[in-house]
Amino acid sequence: MIPEYFSYTDSFLHKADPRMKIVSAACVTGVVAFSRSYSTGICGLILALFLIALSRFDTGVVVRRLLAVNFFTAFLWLTLPLTYGGEALTLGFVTVSRQGIAMAALVTLKANCIVLIFLALVSTSPVSSLGHALRKLGVPEKLCLLFLFSYRYVIVIAQEFQRLLRAAKIRGFIPRTNIHTYRTYAYLFAMTLVKSWNRAHRVQQAMVLRGFNGRFYSMYIQHPTAVERVFFGGITLLAVGMALLELRG
Amino acid sequence: MHISEGILAAPVLIGGGLLTAAGTAVGLRCIDTERIMSVAMLSAAFFVAALIHVPIGPGSIHLILNGLLGMILGWAAFPAILTALLLQAVLFQYGGIVVLGVNTLLQALPAVLCYYVLRPWLVRGGRHQKIAGFLGGFLSVFVSSVLMALSLALTDEGFVQTAKIVVGANIPIMIIEGFITMFAVSFIVKVQPEILVWKSNGHGGVL
Repeated sequence: MIPEYFSYTDSFLHKADPRMKIVSAACVTGVVAFSRSYSTGICGLILALFLIALSRFDTGVVVRRLLAVNFFTAFLWLTLPLTYGGEALTLGFVTVSRQGIAMAALVTLKANCIVLIFLALVSTSPVSSLGHALRKLGVPEKLCLLFLFSYRYVIVIAQEFQRLLRAAKIRGFIPRTNIHTYRTYAYLFAMTLVKSWNRAHRVQQAMVLRGFNGRFYSMYIQHPTAVERVFFGGITLLAVGMALLELRG
Repeated sequence: MHISEGILAAPVLIGGGLLTAAGTAVGLRCIDTERIMSVAMLSAAFFVAALIHVPIGPGSIHLILNGLLGMILGWAAFPAILTALLLQAVLFQYGGIVVLGVNTLLQALPAVLCYYVLRPWLVRGGRHQKIAGFLGGFLSVFVSSVLMALSLALTDEGFVQTAKIVVGANIPIMIIEGFITMFAVSFIVKVQPEILVWKSNGHGGVL
């Protein structure tokens, strides 16, 4: 139900220090998100494709992810050309807005670029090492603990819900569009919440017994190599360059 | 319910990020070491809710349940929702880092509103509790979609029409969320009332 497809391969990006990856990803995606010009978006997209190539992902999986991401941009393509206003453009028997199409294209470009960069630079690290990296980057300790703990239990809770749903289906429950279905789903989820609540208490007690004092220690200490420093420094510089270009243009 | 990367303008992204940072700071202050596991577990449950699809006509929608989470957690809903959305971003690439602040605000602000407006009704039981449960689901999705529409409209005037469609398209989701939250609340109150009906500790959240 919740696969971590992207963190298992063994490329340069997968092995790199997650802190460097997070910082450079934040810089590049920030610049692309704030930009309003195609040139910045296209620069970003070229960089994104380079990084994706470097990450050696399975192309099929990446394409499937992009399809899911473009669900919202498809919605924009359906609405913006008809509602945006501005200069009219007649295509056969429909009249669409030129600015609407330009806007939808820009958004699609930026959205795909950001997702690809995020995929190559952030999703290549296991979630657990991301949690520790965020702590080292100065994110509040409690927030990092929340992130690590909830990641730890997401799969457990998902399985708990699925077990309840399976039991309901074995007893003849068929989901349809009616109030009975919604009541059943509500009860199943509420039962999952009750179980999670009680599980949290048990886990909390077990942690206290083992001396938990609000800190979480990682045995895995990674230092960025010289190559990584140069590489990610270069990406960050590129982001600064793109920002300057954007401000000039 | 979330906005993809690449759509919103810089002022909206920055504003949303700052408000989320403030809300998260308040929320983290409400969580002590003893309760951090409960919040993490509920955050995970909230993540799972978004994976549950319920049928509607020929299609299906996924649950949001930010109202329910807000009624349970109060201000702690901010860090809990932030965490769940960050996990979604890392695992599924829904949303991303830049738009994370706005997306958290969209879902967490209505959650906190539900806590202050509707939780007092829950404690009274009976019909009040049913109405509060329904409104908790309905209003939280309504406010979320209005905030979403607002952030689109503030980005670019050309998005206004799209923003209206967003609110309209969410009306069936509001009704279904209303019923599901209502039933879930009545179940929790019967099975384990202390989840919803605890005494407040005076600073916006028991946890």
